Amino acid sequence: MNPPAESPAEGATEVVLAAAAAPGVAAPTAAEETPFRRIAADFAASRIALCGLGLFALIVLCALLAPLISPQNPYDLAQLDVLDGRLEPGTRSGDGKRVFWLGTDDQGRDMLSAIFYGLRISIGVGVSATLCALALGLSLGLAAAFFGGRVDALIMRVVDIQLSFPAILIALILLAVLGQGVDKIIVALVAVQWAYYARTVRSAALVERSKEYIEAARCLALPGARIVFRHLLPNCLPPLIVVATVQVAAAIALEATLSFLGLGLPITEPSLGLLIANGFTYMLSGKYWISFFPGVALLATIVSINLVGDQLRDVLNPRLQR
Amino acid sequence: MLAYVIRRLLQSVVVLFVMSLLVFVGVYAIGNPVDILINPNADQEDIERAIRGLGLDKPLWEQYFVFLQRALAGDLGRSFAYNVPALQLILERMPATLELATAAMLIAIVLGLPLGLWAGLKPESFAGKAIMTGSILGFSLPTFWVGLMLIMVFSVYLGWLPSNGRGPTTDVLGVPVSFLSWDGIRHLVMPATNLALFKLSLIIRLTRAGTREALLQDYVKFARAKGLSNARVVGVHVLKNILIPIVTVIGLEFGSVIAFAIVTETVFAWPGMGKLIIDSINVLDRPVIVAYLLIIVTLFIFINLAVDVAYSMLDPRVRLADAKG
Repeated sequence: MNPPAESPAEGATEVVLAAAAAPGVAAPTAAEETPFRRIAADFAASRIALCGLGLFALIVLCALLAPLISPQNPYDLAQLDVLDGRLEPGTRSGDGKRVFWLGTDDQGRDMLSAIFYGLRISIGVGVSATLCALALGLSLGLAAAFFGGRVDALIMRVVDIQLSFPAILIALILLAVLGQGVDKIIVALVAVQWAYYARTVRSAALVERSKEYIEAARCLALPGARIVFRHLLPNCLPPLIVVATVQVAAAIALEATLSFLGLGLPITEPSLGLLIANGFTYMLSGKYWISFFPGVALLATIVSINLVGDQLRDVLNPRLQR
Repeated sequence: MLAYVIRRLLQSVVVLFVMSLLVFVGVYAIGNPVDILINPNADQEDIERAIRGLGLDKPLWEQYFVFLQRALAGDLGRSFAYNVPALQLILERMPATLELATAAMLIAIVLGLPLGLWAGLKPESFAGKAIMTGSILGFSLPTFWVGLMLIMVFSVYLGWLPSNGRGPTTDVLGVPVSFLSWDGIRHLVMPATNLALFKLSLIIRLTRAGTREALLQDYVKFARAKGLSNARVVGVHVLKNILIPIVTVIGLEFGSVIAFAIVTETVFAWPGMGKLIIDSINVLDRPVIVAYLLIIVTLFIFINLAVDVAYSMLDPRVRLADAKG
């Protein structure tokens, strides 16, 4: 889900989601250490975070290889048999050819295959929305920090106002207007998320801008673009990475929620949220598996990303470094 | 202080105005209201008469002006689906949502503060780690799915709690509330817990982060050096300082709880504003959509203002004049 709206009063929620946004003094590193190695070592110090990373890698692999590893193509009607509908997990199919390990839905669709395909859509939507939002927020945040003055005031005012409304509400409004569709939900997610990146990158860039290395770069009369992209941007990355990680999970969760409410993806793009919504009808009669397993897959995805994000935040936050 | 509040209120009017414009253009101008408002079997002449009757032949700015004029007079149109004024429809549903949101927030605060303090004071202990892992889970659990699972366990399998709806209501000062009867509480418990989970995790994490930072501060060391009891150091010195961000977040989150109630209300068929807006979007009941959005925007503006004022009272260092709005 989404991080809370930021209050006009500085810093309240940043403690939670972007503690790393408190931009920092790069920790002094030993001569032979590269920053990447240090971060990787710090990251690996937490076993639970490593588990999260492993789980996420596994999930992504399942999503990427869905057509190869799925027992059936869940959306090829020729492979479905309505007589296999609503079978309990572990039941053998009517023709005895295969076992439905996670049961079947009302159409006789193997839930395991449906989940693999659903993961593709959920993760695809989540990641592409995050990347678009990152690009947009990064440009606007950097622009605000670099130009300052009116540009800054205007962009940040929009960010302030937008962040004072919950993400789900903004997405809901947009989708109510735009209608259903993959492109539309991505637009809605980008509209919801860009502000977090803009705020994070701006606050990081403002601190970095006043540091000596930027002054030194200025003294060398480097062109503005070079200062921004080669010197300023790389130093603003740590907090951005944390926010982006957490936001992928938020985007996936928000997409699932909106799809569940019937506002997100159309029925032709069955993401995990739609699978769960489909099972809702049958749950009251005790057929739990149609909703339960897609939910577990969704949960595993979100948890694994959050575990990684959580450890990244600790690793990249200089304030917590011992 | 007064000047600040007045300035903020003026700003709010501007925000509200801009929002009304966006909502109006969004909901009325995109898509053709004629298709929805007018019987598709009507002949050309009827359609044109209806367009004129609804004022849809006028230029957009003029339509907006009329809409604004009516909105200021408290007329946000009539619901197509219920044929009652949209404003009245929403206000009728509001107490149910507020009750649910308040109950959820109470659960989150009562459980979240102590758990967060514990996790912050003993971050390396087993309980501390368990609380943090639990809070990651709470953040990650999709609200709607947890709702479904609660229904499955407590209604379908155990049969302890009703799966949907709101219990009988009693009027308290003219506001219908349901938490006074046993049946009402039975209906309230599951949706409120469901809605509280996310906020609970948030409060735990905020409290923990605040506690950990506060413990490193000089004033805590000083308090300890003075020989104050641990209870006093934690209960007074630490708690007071970490409360500032927490109060802000609790205030702001109340708004987001109301927004997230949309999901919980849909799952539990709780008859509040959130379920109404989803139903209205599904049947394209535009006046209700517009009215809901304007009301919720107004609500948020007031919540934000109240939070800022409360913030300045808790922390005299915050000078309101500097705060942005």
